[in-house]
Amino acid sequence: MTRYFTEDHEWIEVEGDAGTVGITDYAQSQLGDITYVDLPEAGAAVKKGDAPCVVDSVKAASDVYSPVSGTVSESNAALADAPELVNTDAETGGWLFRLTLSDAGELASLMDADGYAEFVKGL
Amino acid sequence: MVCQTVRSCVLNDQIEDDDLSEVEVMTLPLDAWHRARGGRMVEFAGYFMPVQYEGILAEHLWTRESAGLFDVSHMGQLFVSGEGVEAALEAVLPIDLSTLKLGSVRYSLLLDENGGILDDLMVSRWNEGFYLVVNGATKWDDIGTLREALPDEVTLNHLEDHALLALQGPKAFAALERLVSGEYPLSALTFMKGGRFVLGGADVWISRSGYTGEDGFEISVPNEAAVAVADLICAQPQVKPIGLGARDSLRLEAGLPLYGHDLSPDTDPVSAGLTFGINKRRRIEGGFPGADHVLKVLADGPATLRIGLALEGRQAAREGALVFAGETQVGRVCSGGFSPSLEHPIAMAYVDAAQAANGTALEIDLRGKRLPARVVPMPFVPHNYHR
Repeated sequence: MTRYFTEDHEWIEVEGDAGTVGITDYAQSQLGDITYVDLPEAGAAVKKGDAPCVVDSVKAASDVYSPVSGTVSESNAALADAPELVNTDAETGGWLFRLTLSDAGELASLMDADGYAEFVKGL
Repeated sequence: MVCQTVRSCVLNDQIEDDDLSEVEVMTLPLDAWHRARGGRMVEFAGYFMPVQYEGILAEHLWTRESAGLFDVSHMGQLFVSGEGVEAALEAVLPIDLSTLKLGSVRYSLLLDENGGILDDLMVSRWNEGFYLVVNGATKWDDIGTLREALPDEVTLNHLEDHALLALQGPKAFAALERLVSGEYPLSALTFMKGGRFVLGGADVWISRSGYTGEDGFEISVPNEAAVAVADLICAQPQVKPIGLGARDSLRLEAGLPLYGHDLSPDTDPVSAGLTFGINKRRRIEGGFPGADHVLKVLADGPATLRIGLALEGRQAAREGALVFAGETQVGRVCSGGFSPSLEHPIAMAYVDAAQAANGTALEIDLRGKRLPARVVPMPFVPHNYHR
């Protein structure tokens, strides 16, 4: 399994052609208390850069971009009753959706954990 | 605040170089105090201000059950005095100063010639003149408007040497009472009354007022004493510092409008539900900016009204979202968010007067999805003022 990061503060963990997407712990700390997550339906086709998901915090609604293209296979049902999981477990149990990648080559443009840590340090 | 992306929301909380090169962001007397206490500082109304400390939800609920200290030093504190000051202010504001007693505080409105709202403000009668508190983002324009309108004999002083703190919540009185001394006890103040006290060795003006719907106080303190006074108040077990984020969610629950969002030059006081800001004598006599238009709207009834909406589910509607009755667009959300106290989303919107009755079922468009909403009375959370 390999984890990649975007400059928009999403992470994607990839195994074969299956990816799990969430927002980073840094992002959740900046957004503050998450009150609602609008999740994509299974079967939805997404392109890299699409915003299939919206994270609502007390102060704002924020689009979450898909780091890669593919077909949504599952959303995190636990977030319906417990959106705060995105705050408490952003990079584990607070994942947002899973998708089947259509072009693994798109991963090449993403950062690894060290690269993302450097990116955040520069903000 | 609506962010397009997580990234832009992260950036919203920081100052981009472009902004810095245009206008320098200023600091207020409690800047280092906020940072030392973990306040996340953002640019607001030209100043660095704390948006949150431990988190908006926790700070919001703490204020509702205990007491929160807010730094609102970005707001404009003005003092207007001189010969003929009363008549001069009545020519600028739709207020009846003949019924404003010494030490009393009243809500008023700065209107343009068309009756559009330039700002909303608080007016207090002091011995020597009138103390005004205006919004931070509008204070420079307000000062210009007032200086232009007031005659030469009347002086307007901008009290930039004073910070402004708000202590809000059901335990605000218990926390503050033991700290102040003066000619009379703090209990002499009821809602919208103010007086002079000594607090932490400093001479302060305290009024029993605020922007959360809770009992509480606003404290005007000399800049050099601001840190000591903030320390003293926050040392009380009932008190925690609270950021601007919770201030916004608290005022929304209290049904209190926010200038620049719920009020603007495009809104008039009647449509905004602020008719009480046009004092009774002034409704008869007129003689304030925009009186012709405002009094006509008052007589004919407004075309649109600011109303409260309660939403189902958890997804919040934000400023700008369109409101529908069936297929017909009937309004627009001006403020909205998740209510921490009620645990469902609430919003304020301007809607056609025909759709403004309590209980009316409407829908809010959110990216093509329709959220059911119902017109409900404001405040959303009952006020807890000490009258």
